[in-house]
Amino acid sequence: MSNWIDACSTDEIDEEDVMRFDHDGRTFAIYHSPDGEFFATDGLCSHEKVHLAGGLVMDYMIECPKHNGQFDYRTGEAMRAPVCVNLRTYPVKVEGDRVLLQVG
Amino acid sequence: MAKRDYSLLGEDSRRAVENGLAAAEWYHTEIPRKEMKALMAREDQPAIRDSIILYGSMILFAGLGIWLWPSWWSAPFWLAYGVLYGSAMDSRWHECGHGTPFRTPWMNVVVYQIASFCMVRNPVTWRWSHARHHTDTVIVGRDPEIVAMRPPALFRIFLNFFGIIDAWNGWARMLLNASGRLDPEEATYIPESEQPKVIRVARIWTAIYAATILQALAMQSILPLMVIGLPRLYGAWHHVLTGILQHAGLADNVIDHRMNSRTVYMNPISRFIYWNMNYHVEHHMFPMVPYHRLPELHAKIMHDLPPPNTSIWQAYAEVWPALKRQLRYEDYFLRRDLPATAKPYREDFHKDALGHAVPAE
Repeated sequence: MSNWIDACSTDEIDEEDVMRFDHDGRTFAIYHSPDGEFFATDGLCSHEKVHLAGGLVMDYMIECPKHNGQFDYRTGEAMRAPVCVNLRTYPVKVEGDRVLLQVG
Repeated sequence: MAKRDYSLLGEDSRRAVENGLAAAEWYHTEIPRKEMKALMAREDQPAIRDSIILYGSMILFAGLGIWLWPSWWSAPFWLAYGVLYGSAMDSRWHECGHGTPFRTPWMNVVVYQIASFCMVRNPVTWRWSHARHHTDTVIVGRDPEIVAMRPPALFRIFLNFFGIIDAWNGWARMLLNASGRLDPEEATYIPESEQPKVIRVARIWTAIYAATILQALAMQSILPLMVIGLPRLYGAWHHVLTGILQHAGLADNVIDHRMNSRTVYMNPISRFIYWNMNYHVEHHMFPMVPYHRLPELHAKIMHDLPPPNTSIWQAYAEVWPALKRQLRYEDYFLRRDLPATAKPYREDFHKDALGHAVPAE
């Protein structure tokens, strides 16, 4: 069942950047890719629960600010140690200038 | 306070988990996101330039050392080669382990693998060990990389100026891993999925050392070992000299890097060898900032940090008496005063550690 949440406006996140979004006791990371698309994953690193929104976006990678582990934020795949467990990803759509996130 | 137990499987380890010191949230100086993003940005050029200088110098010095061997005229070139092999490789191992010097990932990997070999640090094991060091910096029983424990083992530290303990342990660990086994403490921080990689690397290294030793035997000369292996001993002094200053004599069991880490201004040669890790408070607070941006980060946040030590020697003038005092009073440490512009320490977070402080003499 779809449950789309209005997360932010499109201009709140620069291209090649990430923003933290908290909703209903959960925390997410929303990404704006270099080609203008939006993506979302769990907000905490699967290694030691650090907020990924403090990290660095490079192309389609998010680097954790604590231990420099990397994920592909499009798929959630863990790409570089010390992260080994993939992130959960969430569908995102843009309506007008709003970014909506589907949380399961 | 009871005697500190530095074992990762001991009582202090259990207590750190119980009282929330393990994997805690640490203090960070506020930096606007845009500025932070700019500081974290990656580029290849500075590290390529530094790597060409480093590896070019190593080839040159080793070449001259071999050419002049066995004359004593070769000694200065071996000393120069040794410090690049046994000390500069420590900082390259460290920085490339973080993956920050180069933007291109494979460049970080290549330098990390070479540096790990030179320092005799298994690249898989030590990646995990260093991750723990960043999670639980100088938390007793959690941090596997505490150099100056309390009471400080001064003779052990002295021996390490010549790599005697660390390199020896590295080679012993390499042989253990090559036999297909892991040390029980290693197994606490290396995920099972990564453990076969530890063994694979150890076997490759064992083969390289065996080939070098066979070559030395065939030549009836230690020359091959002067190039591979021995420089980890005769060139280790600089990385120990600078590395001790990172945390020695400062607080333990706190969650604010301003209390347990030290920034020291250093001469340009030491900074090249050490790849700017003299900005150590800054590095721990923001480990995703590449080495070549640390001076800039330092300038940006110095209003919130204790004043840096002004030179290696000035830092030792502070550290040495503190280490001697810790021989008698394990709870003694140097408390870093903050400038008036800084956010004060959260005394409530650190009551347990600070409450045991012994006043300075």
